[in-house]
Amino acid sequence: MFTRLILGIALSLALPVAGFAAERFITVQSTTSTQNSGLLDAILPQFLDETGIEVRVVAVGTGQAIRNAMNGDGDVLLVHSKPSEEAFVADGFGVQRFDVMYNDFVIVGPAEDPAGIAGSSDVVAALGKIAEAEAPFASRGDDSGTHKAELRLWDAAGIDVSAASGTWYRETGSGMGATLNTGTGMGAYVMTDRATWIAFGNKGAHDVVVEGDQRMFNQYGVILVNPERHENVKAEDGQAFVDWLIGAQGQAAIAAYQVDGQQLFFPNAPGS
Amino acid sequence: MRDLLEEKPVAKTSLAAHGLRFEIDGQTKVDIPLLRLDGEGPTMILGPNGAGKSLTLRLLHGLLTPHAGQISTPATRQAMVFQKPVLLRRSVLANMDYALRAAGVSRAKRRKLALDFLHEAGLAGKAKQAARTLSGGEQQRLALIRALATDPEILFLDEPTSSLDPSATQAIEAMVLRAASHGTRIVMVTHDLGQAKRLGRDIVFLHHGRVACHQPTDTFFATPDSAVAAGYLRGDLPI
Amino acid sequence: MQDFASSFTHAMGLILQGDAELWAIVALSLQVSLTAVIIAACIAMPLGAALAVTRFRGRNVVVVLLNALMGLPPVVVGLMVYLMLSNAGPLGVLQLLYTPTAMIVAQVILVTPIIAAITRQTIEGLDAEYAEQLRSLGVSASAKIPTLLFDARYALMTAFLAGFGRAIAEVGAVIIVGGNINHVTRTMTTTIALETSKGNLALALALGTILILLAIAVNAAVSTVGLRARSIAYA
Repeated sequence: MFTRLILGIALSLALPVAGFAAERFITVQSTTSTQNSGLLDAILPQFLDETGIEVRVVAVGTGQAIRNAMNGDGDVLLVHSKPSEEAFVADGFGVQRFDVMYNDFVIVGPAEDPAGIAGSSDVVAALGKIAEAEAPFASRGDDSGTHKAELRLWDAAGIDVSAASGTWYRETGSGMGATLNTGTGMGAYVMTDRATWIAFGNKGAHDVVVEGDQRMFNQYGVILVNPERHENVKAEDGQAFVDWLIGAQGQAAIAAYQVDGQQLFFPNAPGS
Repeated sequence: MRDLLEEKPVAKTSLAAHGLRFEIDGQTKVDIPLLRLDGEGPTMILGPNGAGKSLTLRLLHGLLTPHAGQISTPATRQAMVFQKPVLLRRSVLANMDYALRAAGVSRAKRRKLALDFLHEAGLAGKAKQAARTLSGGEQQRLALIRALATDPEILFLDEPTSSLDPSATQAIEAMVLRAASHGTRIVMVTHDLGQAKRLGRDIVFLHHGRVACHQPTDTFFATPDSAVAAGYLRGDLPI
Repeated sequence: MQDFASSFTHAMGLILQGDAELWAIVALSLQVSLTAVIIAACIAMPLGAALAVTRFRGRNVVVVLLNALMGLPPVVVGLMVYLMLSNAGPLGVLQLLYTPTAMIVAQVILVTPIIAAITRQTIEGLDAEYAEQLRSLGVSASAKIPTLLFDARYALMTAFLAGFGRAIAEVGAVIIVGGNINHVTRTMTTTIALETSKGNLALALALGTILILLAIAVNAAVSTVGLRARSIAYA
């Protein structure tokens, strides 16, 4: 009885696992913001319908996504840190970078607003006030696109956050969602992309306090991983996805995606 | 039923120990310069607690490796029945089958042979039952018949009835005598003087790991060759 | 604290709705973890038994190491498997990264030491009881191992369940080597991690409740087999 039970389980398990080998798919290394905001879930089915190509998304921080792509573990890179993306192409890991869309970063904070920055549209001044008040600030601290953008802004404000690390400046070392959970939990300010914030389900008493500064512009780029570097890269289907994303249909799909009546991403591919 | 039913000539299966010594933590527990078991048996090993009876039996069977000396015997097939029967966590029949397979009996013959032996031990009706749910007496009968099923030339028994009631003890003794009468050489440890009298042809009396005396049963009980044995028979505490 | 009560209701709701997507995720989790545990058991049980019955120099060190490996951090295992299976890694040609197979590989590595260590202990106990009898029957040391494993089969269910518990509950390894890809490598635990990062805490907790119920169901199923066996007293 015992042996038969084990054998039965083993057989029933072995069969469906074999069935997972899908027909035609590409792997996209992307960031949590595109996935957590629901954008990819909304537009990828359209691409599948039109081309028959399934897109499998690995959503991690921009830094990790780029490193995974450097290892050849993906066909397309869709992230948001222009300097890193350009370096990726320059070093021969990617074929060519295209602008896809943008949204913007905002700073969210608790209702009490201990730094008194609510309503501000000058992010550098606002960060200065946060540092001055030593009001808690939760940072991604994970080398992601958002984290890199945040560090550039602290730099512009002339503040050395590494000195404050562990006091009022808290680095979570986690994704956007986890950092927002930390921020709302401890009443800290957080810089986040607007899309993730709008779709975020655990806002608590937090709200947007700083927005509208040009310096918080958040550009997304798409790159085909260089097939000359990694021969397993599905160049043709990957290129088809890049072309679709920066073409009329992809751009329209991005523009059409809304949460709570708000558009989250703004297409700006060259030539669209 | 090879062993139990066929009439065989009485065994001349000899067993001898030469210069046998066994230590535990540097202390000598068994020290037997010479022991010859060349009668037809059964041989009963007697002695007070701690005399080294079980150790000696295991050395003779080859379960323990002596620190010095050797055992010589022409017998190639041996079996042993332990004080507490060690039954596999399987059915009664599967226990028999396991022993027969270990003894090299072909699959085709095993089932019939196993059932015949179980019948002999009065356990045929319990073949399908889990061995460990048998009563104490039944468990020891199974252990004994399982040992006999391997057709041993020499059978060692280590106080097999020490925790059994009189009727269960009687059943075991009957099986042992039957096996002996069909040619199996019996070497048995017991602390039961009555049992030694009932079953034994010769007695080996151990004291402090040494053979104090080795005599035919009748003379041992009438005039033991050793003062310690005499005291033991009188019921003195063997200090 | 109302979160916990409402999450249970929420979980029941999800189960009753019979959402196809949810069931696919539950099925994948079970499939990956059960496959991993069965493969691990096939490796670990003979290994643990062999270690239990053999004596050699340095055996104690091996036992201590094996016991320590029970605490292998899933993230580290995930990273190691990622580096092996990555296109830039030595096994990249197999194209296994971001597949259920990769998750099974990682879980096998995590679970094998657990099953081996518990098996070692169980078999050592049984061997203490059987060793003399089996030697007396002329059973060789290598033939002894299958006998001990078979006779310890119901006690070894605990080893199997401990391994399963570890596999079904871990997220650190599968999220790295599986990639949490929707409809391909999304399991219960990676879904919970994803929903938590989306701030959907109630949904995440409800999924967690389902995961716990799942673990209870598997344990109950295995124990029932064991209890039935024990009631006819093979133990």
